Amino acid sequence: MIRFESVSKTYDGQRRAALDRVNVDIDKGEFVFLVGASGSGKSTFLRLILREQRATRGKVFVAGRDLGKLHSWKIPAMRRQIGTVFQDFRLLPNKTVTDNVAFALQVIGKPPATIKRVVPEVLELVGLDGKGGRLPEELSGGEQQRVAIARAFVNRPMILIADEPTGNLDPATSIGIMKLLDRINRADTTVLMATHDSTIVDQMRKRVIELDDGEVVRDQSRGVYGYQ
Amino acid sequence: MRLRHIFSETGAGLRQNLTMTLAVVMTMWVSLSLFGAGLLANQQVDLMKGRWYDKIEISIFLCTPDVQGDNCDPGQDATDAQKQVIQQTLLSNPEVAGDGVYFETKQMAYDEFQRAYAGSPIRDSLTVDQMQESFRVKLKNPEEYEGVVSSVQGLRGVQKVQDLRQYLDPFFNALNFIQWGTIVASGLLLIAAALQIGNTIRLAAFARRREIGIMRLVGASNLYITLPFLFEAVFSALVGAALACGTLAAGVYFVVMQKAEPAIRSIPWIGWSQTGLAMLGVAVVGLVLAVVPTLVTTRKYLRV
Repeated sequence: MIRFESVSKTYDGQRRAALDRVNVDIDKGEFVFLVGASGSGKSTFLRLILREQRATRGKVFVAGRDLGKLHSWKIPAMRRQIGTVFQDFRLLPNKTVTDNVAFALQVIGKPPATIKRVVPEVLELVGLDGKGGRLPEELSGGEQQRVAIARAFVNRPMILIADEPTGNLDPATSIGIMKLLDRINRADTTVLMATHDSTIVDQMRKRVIELDDGEVVRDQSRGVYGYQ
Repeated sequence: MRLRHIFSETGAGLRQNLTMTLAVVMTMWVSLSLFGAGLLANQQVDLMKGRWYDKIEISIFLCTPDVQGDNCDPGQDATDAQKQVIQQTLLSNPEVAGDGVYFETKQMAYDEFQRAYAGSPIRDSLTVDQMQESFRVKLKNPEEYEGVVSSVQGLRGVQKVQDLRQYLDPFFNALNFIQWGTIVASGLLLIAAALQIGNTIRLAAFARRREIGIMRLVGASNLYITLPFLFEAVFSALVGAALACGTLAAGVYFVVMQKAEPAIRSIPWIGWSQTGLAMLGVAVVGLVLAVVPTLVTTRKYLRV
């Protein structure tokens, strides 16, 4: 599903590589934690998958496609197969929960009838049924992150990327979010989550890829957080 | 259904940037009106040139005992042989119109003089013999007069060659100056309008950066992201252009048709057909001014 073949990335004007000859292969339906200190290359790793950045050397494959050879006008179609969740939720503050989720479908041209049917389904899936009419500011942090997950998942992507999704949440709420991501993963969606949350990684016992200074220093199935 | 959402985004954008939209509309209005006025002035000058140049003829005055020039035999009229040479030279010149050579005798000149100064004491101050004979020449193309003038200027018996253009040219130069002045001034304003549209779009993109970020993330196409901005700019341009067209129509009606035309009937005046042409120019330039800066700006700020 996601394959990095000897991928290096050096940003313009920097001598040190953000990623250095990274080889990673993630299969369909896997749940993978991406761990490492700040500046270790986690964000670059995710940006390459979303094709927000291009690899300086090596090849990145997503769903069988070589992103280096992807025409820029095909990028939007590629991104529709990837859902993305961030630490800061990134909701539209003046739209209701339902409208925030519907927005993701509207802007890729889904018909209103489909939107009307699919949005309540996904809100129920993330545990927000009955809260569709609320504005983001009326929700707790955990609920806001659920809206973000609903928006990322509403188009049934093959891959869900989560960048520190529990970074702004307390431990109890984080567990709820992790259960939700686990549920989405069980529906055969590949989940790739970058995190600093050692408790979660240790509890979940999923595959762990550790980056240090742009290099993969550990790739362990059923791993633990493993560094301080 | 796709379009409906795009239009609602466009409407939201216009409302968000209401003051900027108004500023763009007004700049477009003024600059396009000026540009249209330039186009109208252009056509007015062309009409006048066409009408007057048609009437322009070259007059070749011949020597008389009283009126002498470098090519005259002292104290004598131009001889028949000299007239013959002059006429042949004119008839063989390709720039001269088919039956464009006309000989004016002293008697005809006298009659014209009597007619022109009827009721004036000057009328009786000259006799037939004091009048000058002349050739009057019409040209195929009034702009190409120099060749004809120089071909007869040196011939014996020619006292003076007079070309009316030399009197009209300063006048037309002034008109040309006004004409180009208007177009240059409006050009500067139009550049300002284009830059302003670019800036407005940049502000609008900044105001909607959250939405745009999410659109890109969930895979909205570039076209889909760009269209609301394009529609916004086109909307402002169309409103500005419509106002400018109204201004031009009002100007032509109230200034040209109501005031200038009844006052000065001797020259042709622009009408609705010329106004329509100017409006078309205004609409096209308005659209280009909206679309080009928007595409340039969005390419820069909404890159995937």
